[in-house]
Amino acid sequence: MGNALLEIEGLKTQFHLFAGTVKALDGIDLTLKEREILGLVGESGGGKSVAAYSILRLIDPPGEIASGRVLFEGADLLEKSEAEMRRIRGKDISMIFQDPLTALNPLHTIHDQIDEMLRLHTSLGARERLEKILSLLREVGISNPEDRLRAYPHQFSGGMLQRVVIAIALAARPKLIIADEPTTALDVTVQAQILRLMEGVVKNHGAALILITHDLAVVSGLTERVAVMYCGRIVEEGPTDLVIHSPLHPYTKGLLNSIPRMGKKSGRLPQISGMVPNLLELPDGCAFAARCPDASEKCLRAAPPMRPAGPGRKTACHLHAGGEAER
Amino acid sequence: MKALNEFLRSEFFFHFRREKIAVAGSVIVVFFILTALFGPLLVPQNPYNLQSLELKNAYKPPAWLEGGEAAFLLGSDEQGRDMLSGIVYGTRISLFLGVGVMAASCLVGTLVGLYAGYAGGRADTLLMRIVDVQLSFPAMLVALFIMSAFGRGLEKLFIALTLVGWVQYARTVRGAVLAERGKEYIDASRLIGLSPFLVVTRHVLPNVTTSLIVIATIHVGNVILTEATLSYLGVGVPVTEPSLGLLVKNGYDVLFSGIWWISVLPGCFIMILVFGINLLGDFLRDELNPKLK
Amino acid sequence: MWIYLLRRLMQMAAVLMVVSLIVFFVMSFTGDPVLMVVPPNATDLEIEEARRSLGLDKPLWIQYFVFVKNLTQGDMGRSYIFKQPVSKLVTERMPATFEMVGCAVLFALLVAVPAGVYAAARPNSFLSRAIMGGSLFGISLPSFWVGILLIYFFAVELGLLPSSGRGGTRLLFGVPWSFLTWDGLRHLVLPSVTLALGTLAVLLRLIRAQMREVLRQDFVKFARAKGVSSRQLLFSHALKNALIPVVTFFGLQVGNMIAFATVTETIFAWPGMGKLLVDSINASDRPVIVAYLMIVSAIFVGINFIIDVVYTFIDPRIDLR
Repeated sequence: MGNALLEIEGLKTQFHLFAGTVKALDGIDLTLKEREILGLVGESGGGKSVAAYSILRLIDPPGEIASGRVLFEGADLLEKSEAEMRRIRGKDISMIFQDPLTALNPLHTIHDQIDEMLRLHTSLGARERLEKILSLLREVGISNPEDRLRAYPHQFSGGMLQRVVIAIALAARPKLIIADEPTTALDVTVQAQILRLMEGVVKNHGAALILITHDLAVVSGLTERVAVMYCGRIVEEGPTDLVIHSPLHPYTKGLLNSIPRMGKKSGRLPQISGMVPNLLELPDGCAFAARCPDASEKCLRAAPPMRPAGPGRKTACHLHAGGEAER
Repeated sequence: MKALNEFLRSEFFFHFRREKIAVAGSVIVVFFILTALFGPLLVPQNPYNLQSLELKNAYKPPAWLEGGEAAFLLGSDEQGRDMLSGIVYGTRISLFLGVGVMAASCLVGTLVGLYAGYAGGRADTLLMRIVDVQLSFPAMLVALFIMSAFGRGLEKLFIALTLVGWVQYARTVRGAVLAERGKEYIDASRLIGLSPFLVVTRHVLPNVTTSLIVIATIHVGNVILTEATLSYLGVGVPVTEPSLGLLVKNGYDVLFSGIWWISVLPGCFIMILVFGINLLGDFLRDELNPKLK
Repeated sequence: MWIYLLRRLMQMAAVLMVVSLIVFFVMSFTGDPVLMVVPPNATDLEIEEARRSLGLDKPLWIQYFVFVKNLTQGDMGRSYIFKQPVSKLVTERMPATFEMVGCAVLFALLVAVPAGVYAAARPNSFLSRAIMGGSLFGISLPSFWVGILLIYFFAVELGLLPSSGRGGTRLLFGVPWSFLTWDGLRHLVLPSVTLALGTLAVLLRLIRAQMREVLRQDFVKFARAKGVSSRQLLFSHALKNALIPVVTFFGLQVGNMIAFATVTETIFAWPGMGKLLVDSINASDRPVIVAYLMIVSAIFVGINFIIDVVYTFIDPRIDLR
């Protein structure tokens, strides 16, 4: 594996609402190497999408990026001008959205929406661009792309559209692709196809990928490393198979337990008790303490910092304060 | 008392106080309502009482201009009628008509909308066709047509403006009924022997109240403008009961000789009144429409 | 496609049929038109004679069928006042009205679209607030009063612009137009601006609201993630989406302007069909009123039809079938 492509340090993003300030990202640290595939997992409302938009600086008022650094190839994106950011968006870092039907402009043809990316970020001539569009569409598995160029989004199925979105994301050969719940809006039957396609094209293009999902099952087959988010913080991070087979943080355990498993006969599916706390009134201590089966008095008092916990692993939990912990 | 306290502490009231615009709008509206209710007791003249008019007082400019008199604060018209008194009485006619037409339209429209949405089928299709066709014609023109056929008169104006006004209410209410109709509790209520029409009504009306409030507020302003326009064209209120619009028309002939106040001042009052209503309506729409939040 | 057009045409005919029914029967309640045409000292016999010659002695429903039959042949009767065929009276005055409405539409669009887009793109800037406040003010103004104020300032006080009439005209396709002469253009300014103000304000507010709605949508954020600049975002991505619902509304507004042209033409003594209507109402010239209403209804129905067709062209999601 190569050098660090993206280093996020102490990133805080807040939303100033009528009722108070929501700390959507409360100081996250994350490192991504070149060509690495990272999973970002957590419940909805945990700040995963905000993290994605913060990297691209697409946070709109009343939201703002309060502090931190986002180093992309060593340069801080938060210090860049808006014009510089525009050249980075799409060109170096591109995004795949959750619902392709709403992510594509309903009034522009497929051709125009891919072409826009090429016109913005490459110096190709019209003919070369057309060639490139056709090869991109073929690459994402759309047969007879010539016949589909003039079509509008509403004429495609959800799975096909997500392929188009992937083609758009790949068009300018980005170094990093952020996929925000790319399969959630799709039929279960096509989810696996899309995931496999994404894995293939990302490797092919030599890009890194951040895969945002609430579904640990999605992460398990695809990513090398995974970071688990809860209430705007990363609570556990490590190699995917280790995290899944021996989770350290009680929240990760809870997430894993609530996945139905084949062959394992169980009665009621266990769930994490309690509710995600109100982000306006986060407790002083560990945000998960109120729902945690193993919470102690200390957990209510002080928030645990991220600490190394084994080879390539980190977690933010008082239970693992002393390095490697019992299972 | 408890309800009032709750209201004063609500988010709605918080926004209301913060939005100076909304405060300004309601101050204007309250001022005009008070004027319409109590103004006639305070002004110097009853402009309809022809005996109180003296021709020697004709065309007095407003008091702050040269030749103006304190007795005629806003000047006087060609019959020596005090403009301030005329405007106060005119406001009364304009505002009462606006509120009356709004109330009648709202009542008719809501009933039709409830019925069409609940009954469905042919009745619904027919009623909504009427609404569609009527909405594709400008309200002003339809009202102009009705008034030209039946002649001037307050009650005719009331009927004409209600005839063009009910459709928007009907459409809104019907939409809300349709949204609610398919839900399971309606079927459930039928099973336990409740009248489904009553159930629909009881559940739909609270849902549309906020929309209706917004529509109604803006509607009052529109009625006042339409009435003024019709009166200006000579097909609105009768000459004996001049609304603000008719006052503007009366002053038009002498405008070119520099006597501007007879036309301009009543127009100012229409504008301020409607502006106040629209300010309030705008605030209410932003505040009550959850889609925009 | 053709089936759709055919069905639409039949709908239009049905609407016009209903309009003719309503107009005819409502107008027939408006007093005895015979008294309008006979001299004041006419004898009962002369009155009966005139009634027969106008066909007003027959039952109402027969009168209606005669009316519709004549209507299909383009004959709408003769004016009691002008003693001329009313179809000629109305169509003669149509270009003047269309010219004024056209100028007003143009003016409204040229101001409303950029101002609305700006107010949506920068909702919190001072200029946006001023635009929105001004537009709310604009919808609160009685248009006849605006006309009066404009006349008072620009014609009476400053003497800059003429206050009435069409001014000089020049023939184009056999029709006189004001906008082809400098004098005519000067005459057009005040009426057009007066007529445009209300529509401008409403249109501006609608465009802003639609833009705000569109700018919140996912595809706008996706376009930003592609690196699209904010100007391209507004004009290439958002505006077209925002304008689609505006198109329907725009048709209604043009109709509304034709209706309000009656007011503007009355103020500015503009010799169009709206002024003809108001004069005819005041003179109880029933055939002219009926003719005006039928012609204008046909225009509205036509505008709605055109808007429907335009809609299907700009929105690929709609399939005519």
